[in-house]
Amino acid sequence: MPQGWYCMYSKTEKVMSIEEAVDRFVKDGCHISIGGFTINRNPMAAVYTMIRKRIRGLHLYVHSNGTAVDELIGADCVSKLELAYGGNGRLAPTCIRLRKAIESRKIICEDYTNYQMALRFLAGAMGVPFLPTRSSLGSDIADVWGFSAHMRACNDMVPDKKLVIMENPFGNWCDTKKIVLVPAICPDVTIIHVQKADSQGTCRILGNTFADVEQAKAARQVIVTCDELVPDGELRKDPDRNQLSLIDVSAVCPVAFGAYPTASYRLYDYDAQYLSEYAKSAEDDDRFRAYHNKFIFGVENHEQFLALIGSQRLASLKADPRKGYSLEGRIRSQGDAT
Amino acid sequence: MKFTSNEQMTVMAAREIKNGDIVFCGTGISMVAAMAAKHIHAPESIIFFETGSIDSSLEDIPLAVSDPRVMSGGSSNGTLFDAFSTMQNRKTGDRVIGILGAAQIDRFANLNTTVIGNYHSPRVRLAGSGGSCDVASFVPRLLVFMKHEKRRFVSKLDYLTSPGYIDGPQGRQRAGLPERTATTVITNMGIIRFNQSSTDIYLDCCYSGITPEQILENTGFEIDISRVVPATPPTNNELEILRKKCDPEGYFS
Repeated sequence: MPQGWYCMYSKTEKVMSIEEAVDRFVKDGCHISIGGFTINRNPMAAVYTMIRKRIRGLHLYVHSNGTAVDELIGADCVSKLELAYGGNGRLAPTCIRLRKAIESRKIICEDYTNYQMALRFLAGAMGVPFLPTRSSLGSDIADVWGFSAHMRACNDMVPDKKLVIMENPFGNWCDTKKIVLVPAICPDVTIIHVQKADSQGTCRILGNTFADVEQAKAARQVIVTCDELVPDGELRKDPDRNQLSLIDVSAVCPVAFGAYPTASYRLYDYDAQYLSEYAKSAEDDDRFRAYHNKFIFGVENHEQFLALIGSQRLASLKADPRKGYSLEGRIRSQGDAT
Repeated sequence: MKFTSNEQMTVMAAREIKNGDIVFCGTGISMVAAMAAKHIHAPESIIFFETGSIDSSLEDIPLAVSDPRVMSGGSSNGTLFDAFSTMQNRKTGDRVIGILGAAQIDRFANLNTTVIGNYHSPRVRLAGSGGSCDVASFVPRLLVFMKHEKRRFVSKLDYLTSPGYIDGPQGRQRAGLPERTATTVITNMGIIRFNQSSTDIYLDCCYSGITPEQILENTGFEIDISRVVPATPPTNNELEILRKKCDPEGYFS
């Protein structure tokens, strides 16, 4: 069967459990990108599934994904990381397991900017080798490589250069003398979480889409987890509001609260208590092991994980229909105010 | 009225925002400052976030720029591309003022938010650029929040995440970046301003109880203190708006 055949037939049943989707599409050492942004719409059910399945050696691409990246790194799933930002806002100014893993050189990382990562995904989606920007001229992001020339030369999946600075080939057009070319990212798999999808893979994302659409279109395979699997036809009543079509998606995995403990705008808020307690556990190896044993390996799937959290707490996260987030008080977290 | 150090910095930053500015901010005191400006003297300023939300209503305080609270009641939600084109296109680019924080700043107003120590084996790994380098690359006016400590105001950065004037006058031009017309550094002790070419770095004001000499002691590069004046402390009106309308839960006070 040729790769990508799931995308070829609109009638193909793509609905499967997240466990099955991970088994089919996520292999040790594969190149993967994860959607969402810090504490919003991270595909957490997929992340916890990958951790339970002890996926290893991932080459991970993100712009500013905080929660999912830190969990994946903390569980030793990642060996290489290309990122713009590894923080979780007020809840963890720098992601803690990510910080420890880089400081102890357990993973190798390479830094870009948010805009550059977004452009790199867009380049992958467009099928061009790079896109230009003026961002990062004069900075160490432009000058310092995370991956060595040797490592790049030995790895077909990584471009030979981090980026290229060149004179504007159009002279001074647009008052621009120099540009930075950032290489396309073409992941084996992109995993995103959406509010609604149908069985064919049509997706509706509510709120900011960040770079999820570009991340999906850049990848060979796309796993979508959705809070709600809607009957076929429903999303087609208003195609203007759909961001991904059936041809973009390989697997549709219905998982209620699939982004929990991050937010899914208009459905549920992030769980500030969970994220704050996670940050505390992440600081200490023993506490982090206990966290894993209880919340990740102590349950078999996302449903059991949610049962452990409890229906009352999940109900408190329910979004107000007008505002799109919970109106119940958030706990106050510790951290750097700036 | 008494106030905290964060409240002082927030008010000082708010005063830098002009009516009609388009304000890029993160969360924390940068957002509270932008909100305060909008409530006090800049009602037509527009706040936007790198996650793609433009002119959010901010009825409740977001804890991160991806918080669903930034997606509520705004003019539009979108993508990272929407945010970064706002900083670059000809219609809006010149009106944008950015607000950033950093772990280190040097005498050319370059910022580090990536590592302390060597990049490949850092003593401390920080969050990284996010959109900070993009903002510093593109916007004409920048506010920077800093804790005023010698280890943060350094002669040489451990890693140059976000370009200021790079290596001095015409540094941005040589590198190929658009011009920066003003960089204002707001600390817990006072305000330092860089002129267009970074040839003139001066202490503009210091807060009550702080002397210019104390600021010099905590700054690892030369600044001119001859023009310093005492800062006008936050007024009761400013503090009330800050506490009642912007951050009633006191997340960032």
